[in-house]
Amino acid sequence: MMHPGQAVTLRETESDDDHAMEDTERNTASPAMVLRGLHKSFGAQKVLNGIDLTVGCGQTLAVLGRSGTGKSVLLRLIIGLQKPDAGSIHIHGREITHSNLEEMNEIRKKMGFLFQHAALYDSLTVEENIAFPLRRHTEMTASQRADRVKELLAGVGMEADLKKMPSDLSGGMQKRVGLARALALEPGILLLDEPTAGLDPITSGEIDELILKLQEERDVASIVVTHDLHSAKVIADRIVLLHQGNAVIEGTFVELEKSDDEFVTEFFKRDS
Amino acid sequence: MSDQANLSRRWISQDAPQPAAPVRSALTSLWNSVNGLLEWFGELGIFVWQVMRAAVRRPFEGRELIRQLDEVGSKSLPMVALAGAAIGAVLALESRHSLVQFGAKSMLPAAIVFSIIHETGPVVTGLVVSGRVGAGIGAELGSMKVTEQIDAIEASGVNVYKLLAFTRIVACILMLPLLTLAADASGVLTGWLADTLVEPISFHKFLHAGFAGAGFSDFLAPTFRTAVFGLIIGVIACFQGMRSQGGTEGVGRSTTSSVVLSSLFVMLADVVLTKLILVFFP
Repeated sequence: MMHPGQAVTLRETESDDDHAMEDTERNTASPAMVLRGLHKSFGAQKVLNGIDLTVGCGQTLAVLGRSGTGKSVLLRLIIGLQKPDAGSIHIHGREITHSNLEEMNEIRKKMGFLFQHAALYDSLTVEENIAFPLRRHTEMTASQRADRVKELLAGVGMEADLKKMPSDLSGGMQKRVGLARALALEPGILLLDEPTAGLDPITSGEIDELILKLQEERDVASIVVTHDLHSAKVIADRIVLLHQGNAVIEGTFVELEKSDDEFVTEFFKRDS
Repeated sequence: MSDQANLSRRWISQDAPQPAAPVRSALTSLWNSVNGLLEWFGELGIFVWQVMRAAVRRPFEGRELIRQLDEVGSKSLPMVALAGAAIGAVLALESRHSLVQFGAKSMLPAAIVFSIIHETGPVVTGLVVSGRVGAGIGAELGSMKVTEQIDAIEASGVNVYKLLAFTRIVACILMLPLLTLAADASGVLTGWLADTLVEPISFHKFLHAGFAGAGFSDFLAPTFRTAVFGLIIGVIACFQGMRSQGGTEGVGRSTTSSVVLSSLFVMLADVVLTKLILVFFP
């Protein structure tokens, strides 16, 4: 199994050309998500202004940008919680912006979504929260479900908290349970909204490690919205920086670091 | 033109009455209100359509429906029975005084029974349930909405209109007539108690006198009218809860509006349905 530290070392020593070539191959071979010309406004406020993105299977794209630049909206458009004003979204080759609720629900079963504040069902225990999608969408028996829940919780280091209510958990623990729930149906696509925000560095590292593991073992395509540059550096194959509804730059961490664009420089300088 | 003249002209133009401005402002305000109302009804129509579409598709959410039947039915029973009892006692005390004055004391059991099963039982049940259940549903769904729990259910590929709205609406429709029966029963019982404390009469005799002139339609139509009250309470509370926004303040607003609007529409429906019942079951 690869550890985050190893991944960083490996990526930092790889040549940019090799990395870019590998990414291009992954993208063109089997893009999991293709977003073209996405526009979204709320009243007079333009949030997304023609976003184009492609994420291949097994690839992780980190979306960075200032607060309020539409990063979370982008994820909500992909999962169908909101409709774009214009543009198209292809999931595994299928256009979804005109899908009806039933079609969208079928597509959603193949996607895992981690909300910014975990959004655990507060009237259900940790176990019931994770069992929720399994009970709804699989033919598993109660004992198979229980085993799967334990396995998922062990994956995020929460196996001892099976019977706890979400209100008994810290923010970081809730996020880990949320991640376990997002992985319950073994999705091919993961959408993570600030998975490490508000977490201590050790827990953040564990979550990064988990995302890398999924990327490696299950070829999961992920979009990770984050403000955590270190996390983006560790888990992302590519990074896109949003500003005023546009993707100002897209590339590897090293490419972005080297950019002489004023906004990009400012963004990266702040963190260093 | 002199400076003095310019100044006075400026003053005149500023102070001159502009009769169109208040009218325009009132019209704008009226237009906004009408627009808001039409928007609300439009969104309500879309919501009802989504629930109806979800209702005819599998799975039928039996487990959640049973939970909601318990939540709406058995948990509202004590309060509904208590309200019915209070109404029965008050009716007995008030009616006795009036009927004695007109020399129609023997009509007291019939007056109590008819008042309760025809009007007060169904309306009191409707209002009590719109308060208890309407607030409960509005607050629960509102808080689920603002904490993104409804989005999380939707994101996991589950139809929220069916799981959250349809089950609650059906529970309200099924439980309201049963709760009305409970309110009627406790009202008649306390009506007899209040009556017998003043002038002893056996319960059997009281019931016999009370139901002597009552037909099947006297009982059935008013009781099943409450199924419509249940539909109104369920739809309004789920709709207000699921469109809640703006944190805890938004939850408070959706809770209040659930209760206020469902009570209001229950009373409006009561007027319309009473007229219809009188037309079809004279």
